[in-house]
Amino acid sequence: MDFNHTEDRIMLKDMVARFIADNYGLEERNKIAASAEGFSRDVWGQFAELGLIGALFSEEDGGFGGAGFDIAILFEELGRGLVVEPFVASGILGGTMLSMLGNDSQKALIADIIAGTHTVALAHGEPTSHYDLSHVETSAVPDGEGWIVNGSKAVVLNGDSADSLIVTARVSGNTWDEDGLSAFLLPATTEGLEIRGYPTIDGLHACEVSLSNVRLGAETLLGDSGKAYPAIEMATARANVALTSEAIGLMEVCRDMTIEYLQTRKQFGVAIGKFQALQHRMATVLTEIEQARSSVINAAGRLDLDRVEREKAVSSAKVLAGRIGRLVAEEAIQMHGGIAMTWEYGLAHFAKRLVMIDHQFGDVDYHTARYVSLSRQAA
Amino acid sequence: MDLNYSEEELAFRDEVREFLASELPSSLAEKVKSGKRLVKEDMESWHAIMNKRGWLAESWPVEYGGTGWNAIQQQIFDDESCAAGAPRTVPFGLKMLAPVLMKYGSEGQKRTYLPRILDGSDWWCQGYSEPGAGSDLASLKTKAVRDGDHYVVNGQKTWTTLGQYANMIFCLVRTSNEGKRQEGISFLLIDMKTPGITVRPIVLLEGSREVNEVFFDDVRVPVENLVGEENKGWTYAKYLLTHERTNIANVGANKVSLAHLKYIAENQKVRGRPLIEDPIFAARLAQIEMDLDAMATTNLRLLSSPDSVANAGPMSSMLKIKGTEIRQALNDLTRRALGPYAMPFVSEALETGYNEEPIGPDYAAPVSQEYFNNRKITIYGGSNEIQRSIITKMMMGL
Repeated sequence: MDFNHTEDRIMLKDMVARFIADNYGLEERNKIAASAEGFSRDVWGQFAELGLIGALFSEEDGGFGGAGFDIAILFEELGRGLVVEPFVASGILGGTMLSMLGNDSQKALIADIIAGTHTVALAHGEPTSHYDLSHVETSAVPDGEGWIVNGSKAVVLNGDSADSLIVTARVSGNTWDEDGLSAFLLPATTEGLEIRGYPTIDGLHACEVSLSNVRLGAETLLGDSGKAYPAIEMATARANVALTSEAIGLMEVCRDMTIEYLQTRKQFGVAIGKFQALQHRMATVLTEIEQARSSVINAAGRLDLDRVEREKAVSSAKVLAGRIGRLVAEEAIQMHGGIAMTWEYGLAHFAKRLVMIDHQFGDVDYHTARYVSLSRQAA
Repeated sequence: MDLNYSEEELAFRDEVREFLASELPSSLAEKVKSGKRLVKEDMESWHAIMNKRGWLAESWPVEYGGTGWNAIQQQIFDDESCAAGAPRTVPFGLKMLAPVLMKYGSEGQKRTYLPRILDGSDWWCQGYSEPGAGSDLASLKTKAVRDGDHYVVNGQKTWTTLGQYANMIFCLVRTSNEGKRQEGISFLLIDMKTPGITVRPIVLLEGSREVNEVFFDDVRVPVENLVGEENKGWTYAKYLLTHERTNIANVGANKVSLAHLKYIAENQKVRGRPLIEDPIFAARLAQIEMDLDAMATTNLRLLSSPDSVANAGPMSSMLKIKGTEIRQALNDLTRRALGPYAMPFVSEALETGYNEEPIGPDYAAPVSQEYFNNRKITIYGGSNEIQRSIITKMMMGL
C-alpha cells in the first residue's frame, strides 16, 4: 500500500497548475465559456501540446497514462481551474469507447484526439433515461450493409462542437436491456442529424441530438453489434472518476476561499471565523472533504478490479462527491453571505459546477440504489 | 499510489491470522462476538498472550519492547484482531501513558513503568476529568501541594474508566494558580493503594459499571512520581491527544459492527423477506458502508502521511469525528433492525455462563445497550464539538 503519487504524476499536476495560474484565470475562463463553442480551440491545442489529453490514454493507444490515478490527478487540477475544454467528452468518453470498441482504422482517430485536432462526443443519454445507462430507445434498424437510426439524445456534453459523435442505439431487446446496444461513430455533419447546442448553468456546453432516418454505413459500427454496453459502462466509470476528482479540486477552492473569508471578514468587530457557529460548520466541511477525497482514491485505485468491485467503488465515490459537493457549495455560499451571490466574486462559479457534477452520470440517489444492487450481485 | 497490499504486507497479514487462529481462545472470541461483558481476567489473559508473542505494544518502538510495526502493519493487525473477535487491549497504560513517559518521563520512570505495563503488573487508569472540568479540562481543581519529598493531593476525578481494576492512576493536578490556567498543571503518577484514595462506581444509563469517581483526601505522592517538569503537565496531556494517531477511527471495530449488522438484517424478516432487501433500509446501510469505506482510506492516508505531525492534529480530530459518527449510525441502524426485539433487556444475559433461552433472536440481547452505551463515544476523548474547534483552530488559525 502506498498513498504517495509517483513523480511523473506530481510533475503532471504541477504543470497543469502552472498553466492555469499563467493562462487560465477566472475572467479568461468565463470569457472562453461564453464563446460560441463553449471552449477555446487554441487553449485545447495547448493542452494537447502539454500532453494532458495523452495522459488519459494508455501507451497502447498512443498515450502515456490512462490509469485511474492519471485521471484523478489531472482532473483535480482541471477542477481548480474550472477548465471547460472537452476533456471528459472527447478524452474520456469518446476515447474510452474508441479504445474498447474501435477497429484499427477507427482507433486511428485516437491520435487526432490526443493531438487536440479532432473532438468526439458520446451521445448516449436520452430525454427519458434519467441516469439509467441501459435505457436506450433510439433504434438502429438494418438497412442493406448498414443501419437506419431514429431517436433522440439528451444533454450530450460538448456535442455541439464535436467533430464526430458516438451514437448509441438499440438493435434488439427491450428499452432497458443491457444487451442489444450498438455504438456508431459518425461525423457530426451526417445527414439527418439535428444538433441543438446550448450553454449549461455551470459554464459548459451540451446539446440535444435528434436523429431522423440517419443512414449509417457498415463502417460506422464500433465493435460487435449489440455488444456496446460494457464499454458504455466503463466509459461512464472513467468519466465518474474524472468528475469526482474534478469535484475534489472544486471543493478545495471553495474551502480555501471560505477559510480566507472567515479569517478576514469582520462583523461585530471581529473576524467572523471567531464565531463558533461558523467554526463548527467549517470543521464539518473540512472533515467531509477528506472523506470525499478518500472515496475518489478508492475509485481511482479500483478501476482495474473486476466489474462489481470497480463499479461499487465508482458509485461510492459519486455518492460521496455528490453529497459532500453539495454540502461544500451550499456552506461556502452561506458562510460568505451576500458576496457569494455575485457573479464577480467568483466563488459561485465553482459552487455551480460542484452542484452540477451530481447531475452528470448519476446522482446521489441513483448511485446509492446502484451500490445496493451491485452489493447484491456480489453476495 | 497503490491500494493493494504488498507481498510483505500480505505475508504479515498471514502471520497475524495464524497467530490469532492458534492463540486467541475460542471462548474469549465467542464472548466478544456475542457482545458479552468482559471481566478483568478476560482482558488480562489476552494481554498476557499478546505479550508472550511480543505483540502487546503494537505502537511502541522496539527499544521499549514494542513491535516497531509501521502504520499499515498496525492497521492490518487491528483489522484482523477485530475480525477474529479478539478483545481490544486496554489503552490507558499502553496507548495513553506510555507515549508520554517515552517522550517526557525520567529514565527511572521508563525503566520502572514501561515493563510493568507489558507484563501486566500495573493496570493504569486515567485521572483527567473532574466534575467541574469536562470539555474545559484546564479548569481542573484537584490540587497537589509540595510537602518535602511528597506532593499532597486533594480533590476529585471522575469518568475514570475501569478504575475499579486499576492499581495506578495518571493524573492531571493543579500545582499553581499563577498565570494562565494551563500553566499550573502537572502530570502525576499515583499508586491507587495510597491511603486517602476512594473509588466509587458510577452506574451508566444502561446499568453497566465501567466508570468511577476517584476521591483524593490528603494523598501523599513521592515527588519522583512527577512526570517531566512541574506546571508543564498540560503540554504532556496535549501531546497525548495529538499523537494518538493509530486507530483513532476504530476502523476494524466499525467493520465488524457493519458485518454484524448485515448478518442481523439478513436474518430479520419483513413480510417474509430479509430486512436487508427493504429498499429504504438497504439505502441507509449502503450509505454507512460507503462512508466507512472512505474513512478506512482516510485513516490509512493519515497513518502513512510523511508530514505526520503537521497533519496529525486536524486529521486525528476528523477521524475521531467520523469514526464515532459512523459507529453510532451503525448502532442506531442495528437497534432499528431488531424492531420490537430491541426492547427486552435481561442484563444477566450479557454475563458469561448465562444459559437461559434468549428472548427473541439470539443476537438481540446486547444491541440496545450497546446503542445507549456508545452515546459516550462522541462525548469522551474530547467531545466531537471540541474536535471541531481543534480542527478550525489548526486549519484556520482562529
